[in-house]
Amino acid sequence: MHVDLFDRFRAGASPIHRLDPRVKVVVAVLFILSNVLLPDGAWLAFALAFIGLLFLNALAGFDLLFLITRSFVALPFALAGVSAVFALPGRPLWAWEIGPWQLVASDAGLLRFASLLTRSWLSVQMAILLTATTQFPDLIHALRHLRVPQVLVAVVSFMYRYLFVLTDEAMRLLRAREARSARPAAGGGGGSLAWRAWVAGNMAGQLFLRSYERSERVYAAMQARAYRGHLLTLNPHELGAYDWLLGAAAVGSLILLQVIARL
Amino acid sequence: MLPAPILLKPVEMHIPDGFLSLPVALIFWALSAALIFLAVRRTQRELGERQIPLMGVMAAFIFAAQMINFPVAGGTSGHLLGGVLAAVALGPWAGMLVMTSVIGVQALLFQDGGLLVMGANIFNMGLLTTLIGFGLDRAVIGRGIGARLGVAGIAAWLSVMAGALFTSLQLWLSGTALLGIVVPAMLGVHALIGVGEAAITVAALGFIFRTRPDLLTAEVGRSRGGGGWVIAGLLTTLAVVLVSPLASAYPDGLERVAGDLGFLSVGQNAPYQLLPDYNLPILGESALSTVIAGVIGALVVALLAVLAGRALNRANRTKT
Repeated sequence: MHVDLFDRFRAGASPIHRLDPRVKVVVAVLFILSNVLLPDGAWLAFALAFIGLLFLNALAGFDLLFLITRSFVALPFALAGVSAVFALPGRPLWAWEIGPWQLVASDAGLLRFASLLTRSWLSVQMAILLTATTQFPDLIHALRHLRVPQVLVAVVSFMYRYLFVLTDEAMRLLRAREARSARPAAGGGGGSLAWRAWVAGNMAGQLFLRSYERSERVYAAMQARAYRGHLLTLNPHELGAYDWLLGAAAVGSLILLQVIARL
Repeated sequence: MLPAPILLKPVEMHIPDGFLSLPVALIFWALSAALIFLAVRRTQRELGERQIPLMGVMAAFIFAAQMINFPVAGGTSGHLLGGVLAAVALGPWAGMLVMTSVIGVQALLFQDGGLLVMGANIFNMGLLTTLIGFGLDRAVIGRGIGARLGVAGIAAWLSVMAGALFTSLQLWLSGTALLGIVVPAMLGVHALIGVGEAAITVAALGFIFRTRPDLLTAEVGRSRGGGGWVIAGLLTTLAVVLVSPLASAYPDGLERVAGDLGFLSVGQNAPYQLLPDYNLPILGESALSTVIAGVIGALVVALLAVLAGRALNRANRTKT
């Protein structure tokens, strides 16, 4: 139905798009690692990392706000980190008593929470950049080169292939339910909660059977076509001088960042 | 208070990067990697070349099935996580690989969950859930459909609670959350989410039982003799059931225990240390030292997990 509903890849011919996906995966993971290693309150280093992201964003040919507007996906989870404010001893800022709990917010706790959000926010932007500049088959191919077990890579590439097909199937089921469920203007209706859950479960079961039977058909078709165990990509995937150079520059900047944070 | 729709989504369990400390992230990566390694070997033996299309399509199924929801009240809705469904319908090892692929694609393609913390996410939502699901299902396998469905429902609820509990514990060990708050909050929210999970899982399995009963008996029959799974599933369940109230009601007690065991440095000014003296003394307190210490810890855990898995495998084989 709507393939681009999912695909977060943004076509382009920028230096970042051309970079070997292996280099991109490794640099992205190292960038996230570097964020985790930055101490609480290393604002200069956080700012430099952000500038680096903006630079890569511009190099990839995206609008200035591209990464930022997409970066709020992880925001709901921030809730889970709120209690960090109370977790560290330090100069107390406020104190509350809620029922059995006595909560003391400290300056160290607040600093931890702010640093936590910054780290997470920077990391998710890098992951977005990776996905936006690398086609998923290339990404999977890079994982294969990076020694992820073959079987897992093959399963993931199959999953990607059928993601859209089965999501379509799920959407058809949802639409069919919608079409058959009257919604009285006065509100209410739709049966009891247990009944609604039962219907949703039946839909999941239905989807399971359709998927299972599809997998049997797929296997038969694969046998007919002599599948060799991995999906092919037209991109060459050879590490050139350009890839090594850019990779080395990125790693060097990350090391420099760590040094700056500890000065 | 935040709007309820944000609270009642399974997304709450996908930890983003930056929320876990390096040692915690690496140790859970190692645990997950070891289990995935075993799962790859087992499925290769059991399913042969058929495994790739089967598991690939079923991973896409779990992903798509997570979109199926039902309205609860006030704009909230119940969703499926799918670990127990995958384990009961596909067997434990295939279930683990399927869930691993789902979580990996969610992180890589949609930034739902981080990359460095993906090991923890896979462990919480993929491996723990299939372990509990298959272990409990395996315990009542000969008892008829009613018993299996009932147990699957309990397992589905427990699997969500186990995932929430481990997520909280990981956050706490990373020094990013206060135990006394995060455990009751996460468990409270997920107690509701778990009911939705249980309802959908039971209804879906019931549907499969009615229409294609051969599937459920065939796939499970392939992994027969899994007495080790029953024990592992029951032990995990027991641990979750015992630790949850303890951590909610007596966080101080658990912190004391963890402190005495040297697991914890929360409350000290060394936030990035799982162990109080986590840095290697030779290298001093540098980032490199923390990384190396984390890697060593991770390798030890991975080795232990592989050894335990081998023993489990052997026990399984001798029983068949």
